[in-house]
Amino acid sequence: MERYVCSVCGYTYDPVQGDPEGGVKPGTRFQDLPDDWRCPVCGAAKDLFEKE
Amino acid sequence: MKPIEVAKGIYQVGAVDWNIRDFHGYSTYRGTTYNCYLIMDEKITLIDTVKKEFADEMLDNISQIVDPKRIDYVISNHTEMDHSGGLPRLMHKIGEDKPLFCSRMGQKNLSCHFEEKWNYRVVENGGELSLGKRNLVFLETRMLHWPDSMFTYIKEDKLLFSSDAFGQHYAGPEKFDDEIGEAIIPHALKYFANILLLYAPLILKLVDKVTEMGLVFNAICPDHGIIWRQDPNKIIKAYVEWSNQKPKRKAVVLYDTMWGSTGKMAEAIAAALREEGVDARPMHLRSCHRSDIMTEIIDAGAVIVGSPTINNGIFPTVGDFLTYMKGLKPQNKIGAAFCSYGWSGEAMEIINRELEGMKFELIDPGVKVQFVPHKEALEACYQFGRKIGQRLAVLEA
Ligand SMILES: [Fe+2]
Ligand SMILES: [Fe+2]
Ligand SMILES: [Zn+2]
Repeated sequence: MERYVCSVCGYTYDPVQGDPEGGVKPGTRFQDLPDDWRCPVCGAAKDLFEKE
Repeated sequence: MKPIEVAKGIYQVGAVDWNIRDFHGYSTYRGTTYNCYLIMDEKITLIDTVKKEFADEMLDNISQIVDPKRIDYVISNHTEMDHSGGLPRLMHKIGEDKPLFCSRMGQKNLSCHFEEKWNYRVVENGGELSLGKRNLVFLETRMLHWPDSMFTYIKEDKLLFSSDAFGQHYAGPEKFDDEIGEAIIPHALKYFANILLLYAPLILKLVDKVTEMGLVFNAICPDHGIIWRQDPNKIIKAYVEWSNQKPKRKAVVLYDTMWGSTGKMAEAIAAALREEGVDARPMHLRSCHRSDIMTEIIDAGAVIVGSPTINNGIFPTVGDFLTYMKGLKPQNKIGAAFCSYGWSGEAMEIINRELEGMKFELIDPGVKVQFVPHKEALEACYQFGRKIGQRLAVLEA
């Protein structure tokens, strides 16, 4: 599963870990994140992420 | 202002804003300074500028050392307008084609602020730049506190130019930590609480990284306030402590009140907390500035919020404060609500929901009183305060 990096703040979304604080279970692919999911560090929207 | 020599050949050439009292909603009772730094080397270099209105003052200060036209390099550590506002005036004066070094996000953000097509040179994290005798290293510090933020370090002089980090809104006769002593710490804390708190986890990571890199500092030069040269590690240690947000036996009872009822409840709750050995203070939202309340909250273990119900909602100042506090993401807090109301009493549920959203530990559903608190209701406030005090004692142990 691919990791994605926030182009604003550098946070890496790792599907293995998910984003439990944001209600995203471990094992969730980046593509499967809800459209309104946001970067947990800076709040950037999903389309500001790039493949690592 | 006269240039302040930070080290041999390195000067602070910024400006003092003695009379600013409201810095984008942050109360600055002692004004502030916009610090920028001139490095006299084979390549004459300026790090950051000042707020737009102070650009001429900055140029005058530079002129006392060197003709500004001789500046070769400009570095922008941070694009916020209190540090970039002087760029158009500066670049016009020194030559629009002079290299302007910044982070990748720095270039993006500067381009959004200014239409001029400057000669941007994007630097990478860990990138180096030789000025002749001295070598600079750039450290990206994204989200501390903007995506563009970075630090610049001079290897030879061991000076860190830390942008907003470690800054303080303080204008005074003192220019260095050794001249002001402990009196600067409350200003540094207020700055941390209102500007950096939400990025506390990143601060802890950064300090680890800097320790790992073995960087040593002869001085830390922020973009606001005094320079830390006597004991630069002291402010780093303070940042670690503040970032950890270990709850103390302290409570902030913040409230607003229409006819004094919520105020009476606040006094009773705070008194009960004090009897439990808690440092508790009632803070009225139209008497205390939101940025001062936020500063008190940093080391408090409990934040107790009181509001009357007005027009089926919370009092506007309470809404203002909850919005502000939510954005700053304080951690490890107990939260609770208390309210007076006339007939509907929605305020308590609204506050509880908000505090829950901030991941505060709600240890009590709250106290609600119709119209005016009399003996029984005050006793309920009292028990409520004691309960919170006892929980704080457990957390501290
Ligand atoms: Fe800033
Ligand atoms: Fe600033
Ligand atoms: Zn981000």
